[in-house]
Amino acid sequence: MNRIFAQAAAEFRIALRNRWVAIAVVMMALFSLVLSAAGTSPSGQLGVDKLSVTVASLTSLAVYLVPLVALLMAFDAVAGEVERGTLPLMLTYPISRAQILGGKLLAHVAILALALAVGYGLAGAAALVLDQQAARGLPALLRLFATSLLLGATFLGIGYMISGLARRPGAAAGLAMGLWLVLIVLYDLSLLAAVVSDRGGTFTTRVFPWLILANPADAFRMYNLAASEATAAAAGIGGAAGKIPPAYALASIGLWPFVAFALAIGALRRLVP
Amino acid sequence: MTTLTLSQVTKTYASVRALADVSMTVGRGERVALLGHNGAGKSTMMKIILGLTPADGGELSILGARPGSQAARAATAYLPENVAFHPALTGLEQMAYYLRLRGENRNRASALLARVGLGAEAQSRRIGTYSKGMRQRVGLAQALIGKPRLLVLDEPTSGLDPVSRRELYEIIDDLASDGAAILLSSHALTEVEARTDRIAILSKGVLVANDTLASLRNKAALPLKLQILARPDAADEVARRLAGTRTNGARIDIVCRYDEKLIRLGEIAQMRELIEDLEVVPPSLEDIYAHFSQRGAA
Repeated sequence: MNRIFAQAAAEFRIALRNRWVAIAVVMMALFSLVLSAAGTSPSGQLGVDKLSVTVASLTSLAVYLVPLVALLMAFDAVAGEVERGTLPLMLTYPISRAQILGGKLLAHVAILALALAVGYGLAGAAALVLDQQAARGLPALLRLFATSLLLGATFLGIGYMISGLARRPGAAAGLAMGLWLVLIVLYDLSLLAAVVSDRGGTFTTRVFPWLILANPADAFRMYNLAASEATAAAAGIGGAAGKIPPAYALASIGLWPFVAFALAIGALRRLVP
Repeated sequence: MTTLTLSQVTKTYASVRALADVSMTVGRGERVALLGHNGAGKSTMMKIILGLTPADGGELSILGARPGSQAARAATAYLPENVAFHPALTGLEQMAYYLRLRGENRNRASALLARVGLGAEAQSRRIGTYSKGMRQRVGLAQALIGKPRLLVLDEPTSGLDPVSRRELYEIIDDLASDGAAILLSSHALTEVEARTDRIAILSKGVLVANDTLASLRNKAALPLKLQILARPDAADEVARRLAGTRTNGARIDIVCRYDEKLIRLGEIAQMRELIEDLEVVPPSLEDIYAHFSQRGAA
């Protein structure tokens, strides 16, 4: 355990020096504030507090931003060590490959937690100032924070796996962005297209819910929109998959980080320096 | 007791044979130099010893443990060729990290860096600002952590100036007298001559020599050169009578077999009225090295 902490401490310090901590925090804070400002305009919805509306907008934002930030931090994790020539020496130390990745994950999740706490905290504070009823949305905000971290951990694991398979930072960055595009954007678009052309057939009722659950980002959006009361603010896929029980979505969000981390360890174990 | 044992270790990359049936040992306190051209298999052998890449065949043991096992890694220190670190960390931070990985107190970082000649000012600067020689020193410092029983040093003197090289070998001597087994690779026989107990030469993956320098010299039995300086006007006669080669106005070179040395010297002594001076040039270290590496290649 001490070795994992040593690795995590070094990674956190490197991220601090490379301004990654500052970039992640500022990015989350800026986007959250912009969303809060947009949310302050009168929406005309009755019975829905400001914070729940904010959580719904933050969910749509986090689906894009959290995987992006996670992949940006992760793509260099193994390929960067290979390129700098630091990996062989590291691997001769009495630390296992799983411990190396565990340390990196710990540091990167901590950075993500910091950025999300600042961003969501600002958005939450803004909603509470403007609306006395907003405290009702606090559980939804906490759920959003926890599931965002799990979503981030999933994409960190996927990023490490890509980094280990690609071995070169340039190739890893390209692969990471390609995967982000596929999993976050194209996946939903193609599902929507399939649902529309299926006209409520067996695909829509039988296959589609499982495809939503299989994608960690969709499961994340599903869970947070269903769990918050502001489903009215949901659009597109979220609305179409309204019948999936939130517990299933939560299970998917909770399982994915382990699957992704196992894949990452597998990729690093295969690597011969 | 031997610290490192290799027996009949074989490694093949695609169709290239990187190591073929290599057997050797390094004992407690022994300093062994591993020589060979680029691509002779030195780095492959080190990577296999460190457990970074598996051997295709043969047996290896580090203090009875399998290479790459927790026990072997805990006992082994490694200095890679062109050692690299994260440029954003300072020397102190990087050392603290390595100390923690070995379960040692991170407060030892400063003392270890000082031992390899990195002062307090340099220690708290980022490694990105270091020269190659300074990075090499950090590399050596991390190899000193936790009293390693086996040190694997890949071209440890590359990038070091002559003074730093001497300091490096002093540290290596200290470690060896403490009982550590040392395997270091080098390109140059001249450099390791006085600083190692035994010399192993790899050529195209084959261990072609593994002995002390004195024995290697005897085994090679390379011809030596006799350089004769003749008296004025006597050079032609000396060259003719000794069947030597005139190299300039007064000098005659004779190449003579190792076992003929005394006979030839006797002949020369009989002509002393024609001769000003005589020099015996033994085969150079480079000649000995070339002899063994070519023999393996043939």
